[in-house]
Amino acid sequence: MTSSRGLSHVREVPRRTPLTWVRSGGLTTVLFLLPLLFAFGAFSWYPIVRTVIMSVQHTNLVQPATWVGFQNFRNVWHDPLFPIAVKNTAYFAGLALVFGYPVPLVAAVLMSEVRKRRGIYSALAYLPVVIPPVVAVLLWKTFYDASSTGAFNTILGWVHLGPYPWLQSQQWAMPSLVLESTWANAGGTVIIYLAALTGVQTELYEAAAVDGANLWQKIWHVTLPQLRGVLLVTMILQIIGTAQVFLEPYLFTSGGPANATLTVLLLIYNYAFGNSLGGDYGNATALSLMLAVFLALFSLLYLRATRSWSTR
Amino acid sequence: MKSLRRIATAVAVAGLVAAGATASSAVGSTKTVTISVASLIPGSTQAATDQFNEQVAEFEKANPTINVKSVEYQWTGPTFAAKLAAGTLPTVFEVPFTDARSLGDNGQLADLTSYAKELPYFKKYNPAVLAEGTDAKGQIVALPKGAYAQALHYNRQLFTEAGLDPNKPPTTWAQVRADAKQIAQKTGKPGYVEMAKDDNTAGWILTTVVYSLGGRMETGTGTSAKATLDNPKTIQALNLLKAMRWTDNSMGSNFDYGWSDINQAFAAGTVGMYISGSDVYTNLVQASNINPSIYGLAPIPLANSKTAGVLGGGTLVGVRPDASAAAKAAAVKWIDFFYEEPLVSKSQAIRNAQTLVANKQPVGVPALPLFNKAQYDLANTWIKPFINVPLGQMKPFLTGIFKQTLIPEPEAATQSVYHSLDAVVEAVLTNKNTNVVQMLQQANSAAQTAIQQGT
Repeated sequence: MTSSRGLSHVREVPRRTPLTWVRSGGLTTVLFLLPLLFAFGAFSWYPIVRTVIMSVQHTNLVQPATWVGFQNFRNVWHDPLFPIAVKNTAYFAGLALVFGYPVPLVAAVLMSEVRKRRGIYSALAYLPVVIPPVVAVLLWKTFYDASSTGAFNTILGWVHLGPYPWLQSQQWAMPSLVLESTWANAGGTVIIYLAALTGVQTELYEAAAVDGANLWQKIWHVTLPQLRGVLLVTMILQIIGTAQVFLEPYLFTSGGPANATLTVLLLIYNYAFGNSLGGDYGNATALSLMLAVFLALFSLLYLRATRSWSTR
Repeated sequence: MKSLRRIATAVAVAGLVAAGATASSAVGSTKTVTISVASLIPGSTQAATDQFNEQVAEFEKANPTINVKSVEYQWTGPTFAAKLAAGTLPTVFEVPFTDARSLGDNGQLADLTSYAKELPYFKKYNPAVLAEGTDAKGQIVALPKGAYAQALHYNRQLFTEAGLDPNKPPTTWAQVRADAKQIAQKTGKPGYVEMAKDDNTAGWILTTVVYSLGGRMETGTGTSAKATLDNPKTIQALNLLKAMRWTDNSMGSNFDYGWSDINQAFAAGTVGMYISGSDVYTNLVQASNINPSIYGLAPIPLANSKTAGVLGGGTLVGVRPDASAAAKAAAVKWIDFFYEEPLVSKSQAIRNAQTLVANKQPVGVPALPLFNKAQYDLANTWIKPFINVPLGQMKPFLTGIFKQTLIPEPEAATQSVYHSLDAVVEAVLTNKNTNVVQMLQQANSAAQTAIQQGT
């Protein structure tokens, strides 16, 4: 009975012709889609295609471009600053992962345990995100003033520590950038974790309590396993984000002192805009592509490696 | 359907109106030409802006067919490259001596030869200065705005507080070091600071010190030039810096000063001495509101060597390569009015000085002659009654500079040579154990590559 009704239903569907497509609103759909396609084409896909083309050209966008094959990739590979930039970027990403990644999680878990005024804590955690990044960097530059009258050095001076050179030292500069970056970006992730925490079934906590679990055991055996999907996504997003770090080294240190905070994106910027006679956009786009391919492959491997864990 | 037709009609009418408006403006453009010109650097005082606007009004009154639109402008390597590529530079803009020739060779500056040769004072230009704005084909692609010699700027108040004589600034590098140490110890303020940012300024100042010791950063010209960044004088200069930073502790705690930052710090009275162009006093007034009484200007100490000299540079004014003939003609008129006439025309010099004084802007800032020395002295006599800069406090420089040998900046890949040196200066100032020789060899290799590539 059911199958025969289904077959008759299939037979009743009229044949689709261009006219029926137009009459059923297909043209309107395309018309509404066109601006979007244009916007994406002009501002997303066309730049990507141009990047690929420019990576095999020698051009400063003023003189006519010349075809150079893979020479730009070879230039980047043999540039002595390339390994320095890769190392620094990995260092930044590593520090951010070790110190910056757990901070929002801990903050979110603690905030979810708070019974009263949770909204205020959420707002306070998110506040740094709404401060314009340039303003935040200027603010932190005063904190990082290397003299004994600098904000951090004054505070540390009360307990007879410092003064520390912060941004003025090759050893201290990168950790200083990570500290500010964690402060500036943690709020967004805290909100994601807080939202995810609301999805954790309360019965699990109750069952754990019946079993005699303390707070730490509840977090370890209930909260974290329940959040693992979100944790994996935020981790890959953080790795991709930190691999493309630019704002902090550009505004704080311009890559200094002595290239100690030169990152891959800053090197791309320097290729493109470092020479006042016209940038080497070929090298800049070649390195951009190298970074994009690396991140795409890394993401693929990451998702494959964590697939079973995230869906378990 | 009706509504669709209405929309189509409305679009067509709007298009016709827009086309009509474009056509009418095109008709208007045959009579009036609009040019955008570099005005003051961002952050200039209202008085400086007023003074500039007065000059624009005066120019437009004298040239009713030229409409001048002023655009805030400050030359920095990265922003210039970006604006150049994006085509967003004003019609008339300024470039340093180091870049004009290469920009001209690359077709990035308009050919001004025919317009420039019509200027009545064209033959009076100092040939060496004019050569900075002439490309390989002999085309004049930029006209001089100003020339400077590097100088030692010092804070007279801090000199006095430290027990030093403000009328006797240091004349040797050993004295610079000793005075810096004394200032730091007696006042707690850095006695000597240097630009040490990764924006080519660190390399620029290091080159200045190396020149003063008798060294050079390259030999030869063009793409066949040889980089000599790792010469013994550079090592000597860096060791001096190292001693002041780590042994004497006389350089304070900020080691990432750029051009603007260091001016601000000096104007705020927190710096004993620093090196910059002799004409920087204008910026100290316009952007940093310096108290004139603290200002002192001295020549760069030169070593007792035949090759020792003072690094000289300057600024030229160029025009966008896509400017129309009418815009180029208007642009050269503006360059003539705003930059050159105050140096060659008595009436214009006096009028310019009067406007500057009325707006509390500096008149008489030490610079080097764009024309011959006689013209320079003559122009100074015209504006003598209006000079409002503390010339007495600049006496050490004014009496010393014309005895010094002026040496142009490295000719081949100048900005790249400076950039290669940036990291070395930063390393010396931020790491006590920097291997100076090894870092200089790396910098030399990078500079040599840039020279060969013509970048």
